[in-house]
Amino acid sequence: MNRIITTLDALKRQEKKALIGYLTVGDPDLDGSERNIRTAIENGVDIVELGVPFSDPTADGPTIQEAGQRALRSGTTLKQILDIAKRLRGSFDTPMVLFSYANPLFSYGYERICAAAAVCGIDGLLVVDLPFEESGELREHMKRHGLVFIQLIAPTTSLERAETILAQADGFVYYILVKGITGAREQLDSSVGAHVAELRKRVNIPIAVGFGISNGRQAREAAVFADAVVVGSALVQAARDGNLAALVQELAEAVHGKSPKA
Amino acid sequence: MKHEPDAGGHFGVYGGRYVAETLMPALIALDRAYRDAVADPTFRTQFQTILRDYVGRPSPLYLATRLTEAYGGARIFLKREDLNHTGAHKINNTIGQALLAQRMGKRRLMAETGAGQHGVATATAAALFGMECEIFMGEEDIRRQAPNVQRMKFLGAEVHPVSSGTATLKDAMSEALRAWVARVDDTFYVIGSVAGPHPYPIMVRDFQSVIGTETRRQSLDQVGRLPDMVIACVGGGSNAAGIFSAFLDDTAVKLVGVEAAGFGIKTGKHAASIGAGRVGILHGSKSYLLQDADGQVLNAHSVSAGLDYPGVGPEHSFWADSGRVEYCHITDTEALAAFDDLTRLEGILPALESSHALAEAKKRAMILGLKTDIVINLSGRGDKDLDHILSWKASQRAGAKKHGADSTRRCHDGKTDVSTVVPPRKRDEGGRRYS
Repeated sequence: MNRIITTLDALKRQEKKALIGYLTVGDPDLDGSERNIRTAIENGVDIVELGVPFSDPTADGPTIQEAGQRALRSGTTLKQILDIAKRLRGSFDTPMVLFSYANPLFSYGYERICAAAAVCGIDGLLVVDLPFEESGELREHMKRHGLVFIQLIAPTTSLERAETILAQADGFVYYILVKGITGAREQLDSSVGAHVAELRKRVNIPIAVGFGISNGRQAREAAVFADAVVVGSALVQAARDGNLAALVQELAEAVHGKSPKA
Repeated sequence: MKHEPDAGGHFGVYGGRYVAETLMPALIALDRAYRDAVADPTFRTQFQTILRDYVGRPSPLYLATRLTEAYGGARIFLKREDLNHTGAHKINNTIGQALLAQRMGKRRLMAETGAGQHGVATATAAALFGMECEIFMGEEDIRRQAPNVQRMKFLGAEVHPVSSGTATLKDAMSEALRAWVARVDDTFYVIGSVAGPHPYPIMVRDFQSVIGTETRRQSLDQVGRLPDMVIACVGGGSNAAGIFSAFLDDTAVKLVGVEAAGFGIKTGKHAASIGAGRVGILHGSKSYLLQDADGQVLNAHSVSAGLDYPGVGPEHSFWADSGRVEYCHITDTEALAAFDDLTRLEGILPALESSHALAEAKKRAMILGLKTDIVINLSGRGDKDLDHILSWKASQRAGAKKHGADSTRRCHDGKTDVSTVVPPRKRDEGGRRYS
């Protein structure tokens, strides 16, 4: 059984929501980012997204763009990211999702990346610019290697389209909270709760929400209607400011509804 | 021969829609609206009327006799897109897309631009239709292309400087995509080339196909037969797709796309995506792409800002693999020599982009021989490039490091290796004879 599914199931049985944390691998360098990922896991992240840096991140705001630039300047490659995943898997059972744009994976080879990711203990892939229509080939290889393909649903996605996408969904569904790119926002849109409720009628796997969540208050609001809360840019910024552990604890407390796990 | 992609916009393995889910519904709606518009005779008449009365179409097909004589072989005809309003072929497409935006009830246009030609053409269409306009342009390009920035501002557009990445066209397009995600409800994104996600590659090709349709008709009317060869420069590839599209079924007409070899392919400083790239995914479609071993996109280089892009339209990748179009490349130095030739011999200042096509014709005219005809798509005028050319020549005179032309040539029709038939390099510098 895939670790993403077992972890979300276990949390659900405990009536707890999940905290999903994103960090760009290689930012500020490989060792530094490995330490940051360990810090995030040790302080309460339930699922970790390993961000693959890309030269042209068209769905990301300035925080993650700059993290990607730092990672590329430090020479980060996909192969090194897989090596880090393997080391992390030696220490933790936490599910890991490789979060990437299509081209680094396509360049590596879809079949080859799926085989390598599975060997290194990665549990799923999320590809920002690979919508449902273009993902067939990759999904086939993923299935063969026991990996979960995380489908994204946007506020612009019609319910009809969402149904088609969700028929193939696995692990969890990632609902994008804003019409826009990644990055911290002041306020969550008040209509998203209703959107998520509509989705829930059509899918029986957990629904994660993300884009824009940066603090405990927002995470708590989102956890009311979602099964999991994704935080990315805010963690990247906190890692840079040296207060990653504190922010993860604050978010974990908000999402889990009690003290972070020991 | 089938020239349409599948319903998802795939030309063989190329093309498609590689974008964030947030944009997918907008692209699907755009595809539907576009198909609906081109099926509507009112829309087509409206488009053709504006092209005639405002853009100044048809543009002439001109027999360049002095250039023909100098190049010593095939007769050389120029398709004069430089005579269009705003000075390049770009306006054909922006008029088409602005009309479509209006039909879809959008009040706001946005676009990316490199040298500023597409930005000016979009701002022009916005002014014509009374729409708001926002242009994304790299800070580096804003510095290099100040007059076009000023033109866009006079036309009422807001010019949004992009400082991310290398601050050039590729980053401007990334930033435009990000901005579109946030305002997808009220904004129409006018892409300037046959690149980007479906339906942009076919939409831009179709709006530019007027170039090819006219050229074909003018050839038959003026010469009594079709040309033997059509040559066009290829950055993203919209002027080439526009002129090639009318000749795809005329298999006797050889089609040649010219990429920018910059300082030379071997230097790594070039923009020859087909000639030296490998298949990848950028800005919404799968196509040949300049990238490193890890799938990170490389920076392109060309003396011509309009060719300075690491990708190429997906249909060009398809034509390259199928062999219907042969793709070659021309260095900065060769393009500048051809610029001099046309200016001095015909009194026409070509854009540096179009100069690449001229330079390729110079190599081929003699080989093709007398009693044959070459049409060059003269995609734009060179006034925008004068400062740039002046400083380039000054640096050459100052004895700055001369970037030698790379004589290695790769052609992608899978059959012809032109390196065996290209005249010796001495001849390439022969253009100076006429200066």
